Amino acid sequence: MSLCQRCNKAQATVHLLDIIPESDEKRERHLCEQCAAEEGLTTQKHESINEILSSLIKQSSGAPQKQDLTCSQCGMTFREFRANGLLGCPNDYLAFEKALMPLIERAHNGGDRHVGKVPQGVGGEPPRYSKLAQLRRDLREAVDAEDYERAATIRDDIQDLEADDG
Amino acid sequence: MTLTIDELVKRVGAWLGGEGPYADIVISSRIRLARNLDGFPFLSKSSDSDRSQVYRVLMESIAELELGEDTLVVDIEDADELDRQVLVERHLISRQHAEGEGTRGVAIANNEQCALMINEEDHLRIQGMRSGLQLACLFEEVNRIDNEIGQRVRYAFDRRWGYLTACPTNVGTGIRVSVMLHLPALKLTGQIEQMFRAAKEMHLAVRGLYGEGTDAVGDFFQVSNQTTLGQTEKDIVEEFASEIIPRIVKFELTAREMLEKDRSALLDDKIWRAWGTLENARTMSSDETLFLLSHLRMGVNMGRCKDIDLTRLNQLFLRSQPAHLQKLEGRRLDGEQRSVARARYLRSILDSHN
Repeated sequence: MSLCQRCNKAQATVHLLDIIPESDEKRERHLCEQCAAEEGLTTQKHESINEILSSLIKQSSGAPQKQDLTCSQCGMTFREFRANGLLGCPNDYLAFEKALMPLIERAHNGGDRHVGKVPQGVGGEPPRYSKLAQLRRDLREAVDAEDYERAATIRDDIQDLEADDG
Repeated sequence: MTLTIDELVKRVGAWLGGEGPYADIVISSRIRLARNLDGFPFLSKSSDSDRSQVYRVLMESIAELELGEDTLVVDIEDADELDRQVLVERHLISRQHAEGEGTRGVAIANNEQCALMINEEDHLRIQGMRSGLQLACLFEEVNRIDNEIGQRVRYAFDRRWGYLTACPTNVGTGIRVSVMLHLPALKLTGQIEQMFRAAKEMHLAVRGLYGEGTDAVGDFFQVSNQTTLGQTEKDIVEEFASEIIPRIVKFELTAREMLEKDRSALLDDKIWRAWGTLENARTMSSDETLFLLSHLRMGVNMGRCKDIDLTRLNQLFLRSQPAHLQKLEGRRLDGEQRSVARARYLRSILDSHN
């Protein structure tokens, strides 16, 4: 554990590796969250990354937990879906995505992506669920690529969109 | 509103006209699109107020479409049980819709060639029907209605999964193409199982007269697609129109030719036995009626029976069904009374054509 190189008080949690273009020289910097934020190096909502990770771990965990997947919007569980074959709301496709994927592919003879018609939407705006879906997918990709800054930004966008709906 | 269910009973919908390409084997073509409104849960998680809102929003949008003067809107929740059954027998709503619960309805237009079900399994099901094999123009119509409604409401849609449906088996295009076929010769020559197997290999579903969960009675089969994801609507429709159905039709025609050539006595026996029974029986069940009318239809289409035409025959199919019979009789009948009424009705029509 090291202390922040800027304030020398708080614990350094932001670790940066700068490469100075002219000299190819590498410079390591260790800052605390506040100092990093003051230098405009990170977004404020650092803690959300932990949330992101834990929610992703929950979603991507193996078969035994599949049954316990729950949609935050309609409250349906994957177990409930398996019992009656009908989903509870459009968001279930995201909430249960990993568990649903093999079922969907089997039902559609290997088809795993929509290639048909796209609705115009009201006033030409894309439907909200598609935006939300895309963002959630982007988020997962960002986390997979360990691009946490981007992940945090996407997370904020998702929260904004969900707040709009509330 | 000009049209009522009582008036519906007195006529035969245009999609049962007995016209269109391959009409001797293809009874009807239908295409439905499954749609849901964005921002509302699917029906399994809908509150009463969600259901009513969806109903209102969709009915208002539908009212704005120019569907024609003969549009009939039925509030299924409020409708009489017999009226609901009439709509099922005319293939305008599903059994599930008739027997369901809560706020739900249907808008019927274009001489029964269009039916928009609200709050069935999905918020909206846009259905088009045509006599014979007429899929291209049918898709055009259904697609146009979908676009027009889509300009008024926001559908639940996702770029990867497409149109989001309550059941994942419909996700993507939400399209179901189904073609009702009359295949008596394949049945008589014992080749129908081969057709089933081929259909299964092509990922098609084969069902009975009333769709999902119904048995095939009287040699009538509904063939429909099961894949709605990973293929465009056009490709699905095109495959049915130019490959799947023509192939099955050819299979049936070959079987008919074989019967004519090698077993004409057996063929005529089936046809005229059917006629004789229908014309003389004093009680008659629904299933037996379908079975016999199937043979009669085969006789008419193969030119071996000229005493009745296809239009009249389709009328018999439609009106010998339980709810239609009761409507025509103007009273409720139990099973046995229906069998007597059915036999009487069949005799009356067949006698007048002798």
